[in-house]
Amino acid sequence: MSEQVPVLQARGLVKRYGKVTAIDGADFDLLPGEILAVVGDNGAGKSSLIKALSGAVVPDAGEILVDGEAVRFSGPLDARRHGIETVYQDLALAPAQDIATNVFLGRERRRSGPLGSVFRLLDAGGMRAEAARILGELDIKIKSMTQAVETLSGGQRQGIAVARAAAFGSRVVIMDEPTAALGVAESAKVLDLIQRIRDRGLPVVLISHNMPHVFEIADRVHVHRLGRRVGVVSPRERTMNEVVGLITGALALSDNGELVEVYR
Amino acid sequence: MSTKTKGNVSEFVLRTPAVGPAIALVAAVVVFSLTTNTFLDSDNLSLIVQQSLVVGTLALGQTLVILTGGIDLANAATAVLGTLLMAKLVVGGVPGTVALVTGIAAAVAIGALIGGIVTGASLPPFIVTLGMLTIVTAVSRIYAEGRSYPVTDDTLAFLGTRQYLFGHVEVTVGMGLALLMFVGAWYALTKTAWGKHVYAVGNDPEAARLSGINVRRTVLSVYVVAGLVYGIAAWQALGRVPNADPNAFQMGNLDSITAVVLGGTSLFGGRGSVIGTLVGALIVAVLRSGLTQAGIDSLYQDVATGVLVIVAVAVDRFSRRKQR
Ligand SMILES: Nc1ncnc2c1ncn2[C@@H]1O[C@H](COP(=O)(O)OP(=O)(O)OP(=O)(O)O)[C@@H](O)[C@H]1O
Ligand SMILES: [Mg+2]
Repeated sequence: MSEQVPVLQARGLVKRYGKVTAIDGADFDLLPGEILAVVGDNGAGKSSLIKALSGAVVPDAGEILVDGEAVRFSGPLDARRHGIETVYQDLALAPAQDIATNVFLGRERRRSGPLGSVFRLLDAGGMRAEAARILGELDIKIKSMTQAVETLSGGQRQGIAVARAAAFGSRVVIMDEPTAALGVAESAKVLDLIQRIRDRGLPVVLISHNMPHVFEIADRVHVHRLGRRVGVVSPRERTMNEVVGLITGALALSDNGELVEVYR
Repeated sequence: MSTKTKGNVSEFVLRTPAVGPAIALVAAVVVFSLTTNTFLDSDNLSLIVQQSLVVGTLALGQTLVILTGGIDLANAATAVLGTLLMAKLVVGGVPGTVALVTGIAAAVAIGALIGGIVTGASLPPFIVTLGMLTIVTAVSRIYAEGRSYPVTDDTLAFLGTRQYLFGHVEVTVGMGLALLMFVGAWYALTKTAWGKHVYAVGNDPEAARLSGINVRRTVLSVYVVAGLVYGIAAWQALGRVPNADPNAFQMGNLDSITAVVLGGTSLFGGRGSVIGTLVGALIVAVLRSGLTQAGIDSLYQDVATGVLVIVAVAVDRFSRRKQR
């Protein structure tokens, strides 16, 4: 584990919304092939951080590096072009549109030949079949790809967002609380999928409040507090209670990597 | 078993919003055919379609705007300015084709301006088009210099004057053009990525943005296309009545919204279809014609149309609430 170049990296990110500072000088490192859990209290700024990393918000200051090269994302499409796919906390699905449309939203496929190039005709059948295959891989059981997303259960919707990111990610997959709406069995499937993505060689960023999940699959845990990273720990070297202590601020990580109690 | 069928039917109606309005249209046609003996006359049927051409075309553009979650109060005013430009230019000696293109281009420019303000300044379309309605109406009156302009040019009147007989039914070129436009819009909305983006933007703009859709460009393109449609509505208007009048179509914006709503398109955006709008425009024309044949005063026809609008929205709401 000598000096690997992080696949995705951030230095001193800042994002303010009026008086609220959602990201307050945050650093971030994602190493090749790892599952990095990002944990922190509600409002700690986890979603804001990953939105900056996925191009959904443009930070006021700081820099983002992909494979060591500085990049500037002015929109989600920029991050996507770098192979970064994201499951947003609020899923980013168009509820009235059908499943296949949602899976391919913003990356629709056209028919080959003049039908596609001149008449802009979409390959509806091909996208439906591909969507069915993608969801099938996740064992998401859905009757028809032409069903509107709003007719699905919360868990099924989450499954679609997860499957979409997993299928199209080619460098990094980011998931913001992908199991929040899921039952036990469905959560297990998503965790399994995350490990399969990692086995494919892609690093995964997993935001979760579920400590057992985090400790089950994460290679490293990034602890976020009050808008910035307060430490990165190994789930093998630290206990859940210690991580919770870092999240709440009862514990802090000293410069030499020791946990110290904070007296207030 | 029966509940399952019922579920499937309501699902079908919800997914195909034009089904309900189509049933209403057929019902209206059947009722008026049975209760009056002039309604089903081929001349009357042709007239019904011709009468719905202008509002129907305005409603087509309106549908695109409403699908994005917007609304266009300036559409009829834009078309009226188009008719004045076309007619007055010809009076001034400009060739008909040039006048036609100029009128349509002006409508496109107004659409681009509205779209530019809505997307550039993130202002509500209701306010922007309300302001534009006032401005464009005033500009039309100034330009018209207090009079109307009869149209003698063949190009400008072409859509209404060139007619073909299909059996006993008179079909104008304008009808053919309208049908072509509706089919074209249906194709663009349902078969191309642009259409998917229009629906997605109206459905949930933030989700659309996060999915990599350029929301502003999509919305802007819709207002530009709608402007083009209103320009063609101006041409349709001159084919129907060969006279450009600055006071024409004063209720055209609301009439077009009526047709859109009757066609099952949601005013909240993201749901609906242009085929529904076509049906909605025909429902209004059929209702008016049928009630006229039945000897009912036009003010009562307005009452009936108003009731229908409210019923249509209520049905839409009800069926959606049941789904959730
Ligand atoms: N668009 C916005 N406008 C204003 N404030 C915002 C916006 N987005 C986030 N914030 C604020 O930034 C802070 C961090 O929010 P964020 O959603 O990133 O937290 P989080 O760690 O993801 O929380 P949770 O665990 O509840 O999802 C909060 O105080 C929030 O209110
Ligand atoms: Mg969050």
